[in-house]
Amino acid sequence: MLKNRIIPCLDVKNGRVVKGINFIKLKDAGDPVEQAKIYSDGGADEICFLDITASNENRDTIIDIVRKTAKECFVPLTVGGGVRTIQNITDLLLAGADKVSINTSAVKNVNFVKEASKKFGSQCIVVAIDAKKVSEQTWEVFTHGGRNKTGIDAVEFAKQVEANGAGEILLTSMDKDGTKSGYDVDLLKAITECTNIPVIASGGVGTLDHLYDGIVKGGASAVLAASIFHYGEYKIKDAKEYLNSKNVSVRL
Amino acid sequence: MNVTIVDYQSGNISSVINSFTEVAKGKVNLEVTSDIKKIKSSDKIVLPGQGSFKSCVDSLNNINGLVDTLKEFAITNKKPLLGICVGLQMFADIGYEEVETKGLGWISGKVSRIDNQNRKFKLPHIGWNEIEIQKKSKIFKDIKNKSHMYFVHSYEFMPTDKSVISATTDYSTKIVCAVERDNLFGTQFHPEKSDKTGLQIIQNFINL
Repeated sequence: MLKNRIIPCLDVKNGRVVKGINFIKLKDAGDPVEQAKIYSDGGADEICFLDITASNENRDTIIDIVRKTAKECFVPLTVGGGVRTIQNITDLLLAGADKVSINTSAVKNVNFVKEASKKFGSQCIVVAIDAKKVSEQTWEVFTHGGRNKTGIDAVEFAKQVEANGAGEILLTSMDKDGTKSGYDVDLLKAITECTNIPVIASGGVGTLDHLYDGIVKGGASAVLAASIFHYGEYKIKDAKEYLNSKNVSVRL
Repeated sequence: MNVTIVDYQSGNISSVINSFTEVAKGKVNLEVTSDIKKIKSSDKIVLPGQGSFKSCVDSLNNINGLVDTLKEFAITNKKPLLGICVGLQMFADIGYEEVETKGLGWISGKVSRIDNQNRKFKLPHIGWNEIEIQKKSKIFKDIKNKSHMYFVHSYEFMPTDKSVISATTDYSTKIVCAVERDNLFGTQFHPEKSDKTGLQIIQNFINL
């Protein structure tokens, strides 16, 4: 039986791991390569790097981090942030990433998703959707790390990226991110019910019960979290044992 | 010993290179090439494959003499070859991804889309799944039954002769996830991304 995945996410800025509170206030907390190795040794099912300032800054730092990490971690590695061109994807994959996540560029031009999945295969194309609630059961897509409104409906956009060859959706609730108050389960449900590709839940995890909610109530195939693992509140193993005790199948 | 990873522009093979490099450290000479001469003189071959069945088959055929060289190596001379993901799928006679495409025909069978049972199962099949070992396989030495391996695929290999199946995994149906015949090995999962158990499989292949 396919296991639900637990994915620690490392937000990287200028080569250092940070975690934003609602994407604004950043705290420095370590070396990404070292962190990734700790997570993979600790049983993480995948590792995710998000280069949070890549839209505006030099990309070589993240390439170098990916290269070093890929030589030490033998679980899948997803890298996102500032992926704008086919060349960006090629560079990340050659450095050792297994998947890339596309956000702003997918919103700007959904054909980019199509082109990328055609060239590299759907298996390595993740579309990251940042969504904000606008009314009951309606969410809007945001870009540029949550700074820009798009007017695009998140549910419709999710269907569109699936049709264009995305292999997975990484769904972040902008309302919940950094709040530690749990995933936006309604948003998750809305997206998992209308698509047939795996959805990774992101944004808002504060307790292990939130991971349970993302999978069981939200229908997510994988749960992504940063701060709860990052500041040592819980180990990956704690999360897995907790989920297992509640009959959620995980890789132990 | 020379182990060659066939680089035929089939997508991202960095992870395959990284994991084999990790396991081979100082013991084995690892080559990443499409050079026919080097392939012929190697002791073991790894055939990775990402993207679609068609794109992989096309890429193999694009390199003059490669398919014949691989066939001579693995089928005529029965030297060890490991196909990973689409690398395994290409062993089949025929694949149905994008368009009907002729495979290598090394192990009779076809590659079809996984039955998602009317959207009950999400595709691609992505993540960690348990393998059920169906027969003793040389590359499963010290691998426990029900070990977790990392999968990412939407198509499955269905061999005609079931005796080649060395492991299956449960996703919608019992999906064939490893085959072995003589010195021909294939895994649908990615040993290079399957943590320590995956590296053990690579080690077993190198130790053959």
